[in-house]
Amino acid sequence: MSETGFAVVAEGLRKRYGETRALDGFDVTVPAGTVCGLLGPNGAGKTTAIRILATLLRPGGGRAEVAGFDVVRQAAQVRHHIGLLGQHAAVDEVLSGRQNLLLFGRLYHLDPRAARRRADELLDQFALAGAAGKPARQYSGGMRRRLDLAISLILAPSVLFLDEPTTGLDPRGRNEVWQAIRELVAGGTTVLLTTQYLDEADQLADRISVIDHGRAIAEGTPDQLKSEIGGDRIDVVLRSADELPAAAATVGRVTGADPEVDQHTRRVSAPVRDRVAALTEVVRALDDSGITAEDIALRRPTLDEVFLHLTGRRADEEVAA
Amino acid sequence: MTVVVAPPVPRTLLERLRWAVVDAWTVTRRDLAHWARQPAVVVVALLFPVMTVLMFGYLFGGAMSVPGGGDYREFLLPGMFALTMVFGIEATMVAVTSDAAKGVTDRFRSMPMAPSAVVAGRGIADMLSSTVGLAVLIACGLAVGWRWHHGAGQALLGVGLLLLLRFALLWVGIYLGLLARSPEVVTAVQILVWPLGFLSNVFVAPATMPGWLGAVAAWNPLSATAAATRELFGNPGWGGEAWIAENALAMAVVWPLVLLAVFFPLSVRRFQRLSR
Repeated sequence: MSETGFAVVAEGLRKRYGETRALDGFDVTVPAGTVCGLLGPNGAGKTTAIRILATLLRPGGGRAEVAGFDVVRQAAQVRHHIGLLGQHAAVDEVLSGRQNLLLFGRLYHLDPRAARRRADELLDQFALAGAAGKPARQYSGGMRRRLDLAISLILAPSVLFLDEPTTGLDPRGRNEVWQAIRELVAGGTTVLLTTQYLDEADQLADRISVIDHGRAIAEGTPDQLKSEIGGDRIDVVLRSADELPAAAATVGRVTGADPEVDQHTRRVSAPVRDRVAALTEVVRALDDSGITAEDIALRRPTLDEVFLHLTGRRADEEVAA
Repeated sequence: MTVVVAPPVPRTLLERLRWAVVDAWTVTRRDLAHWARQPAVVVVALLFPVMTVLMFGYLFGGAMSVPGGGDYREFLLPGMFALTMVFGIEATMVAVTSDAAKGVTDRFRSMPMAPSAVVAGRGIADMLSSTVGLAVLIACGLAVGWRWHHGAGQALLGVGLLLLLRFALLWVGIYLGLLARSPEVVTAVQILVWPLGFLSNVFVAPATMPGWLGAVAAWNPLSATAAATRELFGNPGWGGEAWIAENALAMAVVWPLVLLAVFFPLSVRRFQRLSR
């Protein structure tokens, strides 16, 4: 690790593709042993940043160090200390889980015995021992991702890059992968992960960096960011649109915020501070006023709302902007 | 968890060379493991050219007249050998494209292994599979009455020319595979390789085609290798007065070298440009 105590340092990274600036002065620092989430919509530059840090792409400008080594001049040393999980599970689908681990173990230059021992360890660690002999093609999405993760960890890297690790997984697969990541972090691995989901960053990251147009536009702990955005939200869906004004007034009074009203979905939405207390109070207040709610739910702010707040525009307006 | 000790990054040229060789062989063994895991796929791939030989040899063969009145299958086999070498380009391209699409290529590139091994391993595996494919087709040829007539030395030279063509096309396949961003491009090449194969002297004499088309067919690298191997095996050929027909043997060496000179550097550059 570098003497600064940072496992990852990027300063002013730039990368252009023709007229498009994929990265435009991107900065990030990740202290050793922590998890940093890069949060942003499609096309924000998250993947470009990860690819530069994992030595797959050369930056057009700026500099970056991973595990104390320069990603351009000392790429070979960097590769010794990192694991990379791309957007797709990069496993050989014809080979079995064990064969995959042996193949990549040999490519990491472990001798055959060490490669076998490491393969067995990782199969156990990621609960794949039962399916070790089956071709990876027959694995579920979550299992394939876990094998992918196991391969990335053959050399027990000090820094792990995860590019949208749970995109395309069902909730169960997502939980499996989250659990595996949490265990790694408990073991001291530094993780830099990208995600489009605030709840994923919230679940896993110590600090979140919001990225837009190739640069970090906000940075902080999940709690800091959420309180900046207004924390969690309560949604009340009514049976009848006629009751919207009355419901908005009630929700506004309880939460002390100015609720958003959506006529189409008959929904009143407002930020809340204390989740559970707010829920109880809203339910009671609606009941007292004789307003019938079809659904009441607490939820995290969506990426859209984070974006709306930080940039004044919606995440999906990215291309037009 | 045990402590994993990985050998340090090689510093000297010799160490790096050793990694390049060891890693290329590891990547090659990955393909060999594929064969062991999917014997049915291997058998189908091997039987396809055999089926083509039987189809042309027995179904269409009766309608074909061979120059000099010889046996059609004697004439057909060298062309089929060469055609099979050309069709190998598909296998290379599919493998390269699918590794790139699935992120396996990126995984290799993010690892402390010799970067050259990614391409070299692919090459060795494909050459091995083409050699086995050629051996099976030769055995099939012998079974249907094809023979070499000018001794084992010339016959081996013919086999060498066939593998040289495959080796040259390997780099065309790697280049196109790296260039192709989607499986659709691969499908397009799989379709285009057919007219490319037929626009040659493998089945029909170029002299019977419309002038310009005949010239293209005669100058097709595939035609040079087919004509040259017919000469070396002592099988009947189309002959002809044209310069290209009289110099088939030389062109069967020149064409692959030209393809290599163009596509080897292109492939290497394309691979390096993955980091752009």
